[in-house]
Amino acid sequence: MPKILVFSTEKISDPAIDLAGLLKKHYPYTVYTISVPCSSCIKPRWIMHAYEKGFDGVFIAADGSDCSYGESCSDRTAEVVATTHRLMKEKGLKPSQLKMAAICSVCAEPFVKHITSFMKDLSQKEN
Amino acid sequence: MKKKIGVYVCHCGGNISDHVDIEKVKAAVRDEADVYLVKNTLFACADSSQKEIGSDIENEHLDAIVVASCSPKLHLNTFRGVAQRAGLNPYNYVQVNIREQSSWAHSDNKTGATEKAILLVKAGIAKAKESEALQSLKIPAANVVAVIGAGVGGMKTAIGLADMGTEVYLIEKDFFVGGRTPQWGTVSPNGDEGAILTEKLYKEVVRRPNITLFTGAELVEKSGSIGNFDLKIALRPRFVSGNPSTEAMQRAAEACPVAVKDDFNFGLTNRRAFMLPAQGQFPQVPAIDQSACTRCGECTAACHEVDLTQEVQTITLHVGAFVVNTGFDPYQPAQGEYGYGELDNVITLPQFRRLMEMNESELVFNGKKIKKIAYIYCVGSRQDDDEGNTYCSRYCCTATSLTAVLAKKKFGNIINFHFNRGIRTYGKHELVYEAASKQGDIFLQFSLKSIPQIEKRGNKTYVKVKDILTAGKELETEADLIVLVTGMVPRKNELLAQQLKIPTGRDHFFNEIHMKLRPVETVIDGVLIAGTCQSPKNILETVNSSMAAAAKINSVLTKGELSLEPTLAKVNPAACDWCDNCSKACPFDAILQTEINGKKVARVNESNCKGCGMCTPVCPTDAIDLAGYTNAQVESMIDALAEA
Repeated sequence: MPKILVFSTEKISDPAIDLAGLLKKHYPYTVYTISVPCSSCIKPRWIMHAYEKGFDGVFIAADGSDCSYGESCSDRTAEVVATTHRLMKEKGLKPSQLKMAAICSVCAEPFVKHITSFMKDLSQKEN
Repeated sequence: MKKKIGVYVCHCGGNISDHVDIEKVKAAVRDEADVYLVKNTLFACADSSQKEIGSDIENEHLDAIVVASCSPKLHLNTFRGVAQRAGLNPYNYVQVNIREQSSWAHSDNKTGATEKAILLVKAGIAKAKESEALQSLKIPAANVVAVIGAGVGGMKTAIGLADMGTEVYLIEKDFFVGGRTPQWGTVSPNGDEGAILTEKLYKEVVRRPNITLFTGAELVEKSGSIGNFDLKIALRPRFVSGNPSTEAMQRAAEACPVAVKDDFNFGLTNRRAFMLPAQGQFPQVPAIDQSACTRCGECTAACHEVDLTQEVQTITLHVGAFVVNTGFDPYQPAQGEYGYGELDNVITLPQFRRLMEMNESELVFNGKKIKKIAYIYCVGSRQDDDEGNTYCSRYCCTATSLTAVLAKKKFGNIINFHFNRGIRTYGKHELVYEAASKQGDIFLQFSLKSIPQIEKRGNKTYVKVKDILTAGKELETEADLIVLVTGMVPRKNELLAQQLKIPTGRDHFFNEIHMKLRPVETVIDGVLIAGTCQSPKNILETVNSSMAAAAKINSVLTKGELSLEPTLAKVNPAACDWCDNCSKACPFDAILQTEINGKKVARVNESNCKGCGMCTPVCPTDAIDLAGYTNAQVESMIDALAEA
């Protein structure tokens, strides 16, 4: 089963992922979360490190417009993704192995949908 | 690097250990480098466990600890406190969430949940190894609270906060405060009148100078975080200024040609677009329903205080926190549910309470005198369907028993039949059930598999049930009126939910962090919930939770300052070449240029830094890191999670 690393934000996205658990909305167990204060602080080198260590996909659960640090969060996170895509290309990784979606505190269902569909995409590519 | 790490794996009763093999987790992490001890605990948050962890820190000289338990939202501060009291810097503590993100999320797969828990704990150990001692910073916090909803609960919260010295903005969407309570008449357990309760509270609200009441008001925008929220409130026009005389109000209402269903009477009667306050609704100043008003101007001639030129106003407020107390709506039965909407003598309990208030000596509905009343319980509550309301609405058994007692007392010759699923008049409300029993009410019990059947034969209505209390015997009675005992559903608050982002549970009510340990806090710092927007409650329970919310948030804001996470950006001057990227990325002007030994480098202004980390990925030389989220910490966590 593919392994996915999720970068999730402590105030906004973590509650949604916790809520998914509370509501017993199941998703594959090979999904692991590392919490950060804001999605714009994720370094491309961390994402590349995850691929090097064997993760098949990385999912950024971003704050979107709800970020308490301000409106520039979305643009900054998009820049992180763009930079990482360039680095992934150099390493022969597919851009589709990195996904980003805005996951707010009530987005338990969307999180499970995103992650289940990402897992399915990664599984199909592996086969 | 930390060299003596204590690891504690929590069972959380069975919440974790039912789906995660705790012994396997312990065995898997026991031999990790720098792990000094590994223990399991039934409840890590229990006093005895906290003391044990503290003793271990002191006696074994642990330099970091990891607790694998629930979400950090629930107990991060609990265990940081344990560390601090035992002399360990709280930031050398790492909490690993193996409940919401492992045992519950993967309760369908015990092996998978256990495997995941092992890797999560290993990642926590990796983070703890690289952890540094950090000191919190303080920021000013406004001791001002926006209380949303001015029913009984919201008013009690406002009064409680005001008496503790907090400034309160009490924001009510309707033009009148009081919520549902004035609609009920007499309420359990001690026979208070809803309208009088509301009046008392309203008078208490208006006499406190540190409560500002807004009616017709709605939150339309919110920004900021706990201690410092900025919000915009839209104030709908009342179209009436000053205090018109009772006669003028009456004349204007009579002059108004627009009639719409009266929500106060749950649609049993009509009201005018020119709305008169009902008994128990405050302020006792009329308002014009903008959605129904045709602007014909008839009311302006009858009442000089009417001003149709008023417009929506938007005001800005600065608050430290919110208490949401927006109440409930009664469950609306589906068309045909127990004959509702199809038979003309089927109404809901809230409608019946209004009917009782509107009738004086004789109980009459649709022109027919009512003698036999059949109450059908648990309509919209305790439903079996996954899509239905599976919860108990808590208030209804008591409210129905009381209604039956009051109906008999007020109208005399009444026969009450209670078709119930087991009476739940808990605590002091049991006396109400006793009174209903003693007056000769008939209680028949059914199960969800065999619900009462309503049948119209000729001009008579019959209710038939297989009564559990008489060994499943089929019994039937004629009924003049059928009262559906409807439960509670959350009030529709889409705009508010969108603004405050409060998660809802499976029952669609707002969710607290933990129903026993943090019952009025939500996962959004500075946003608290109370009353029936959280779960079904009676008035007594609503007031209790409202006072709890007041006490909780006052204890946070009253100091006038809040501790900030010390997870701030830090620059490695040796690696920095001052390219200005970090400064441009920072939304808070927290990065300045400075010179060290003639070299231009970046410096972090700690009083401005909010710890978002936006500056860190843009540095071309990787010279800037966020404390608590360093490359060493995050990459070592990734290494641990990547283990096969």
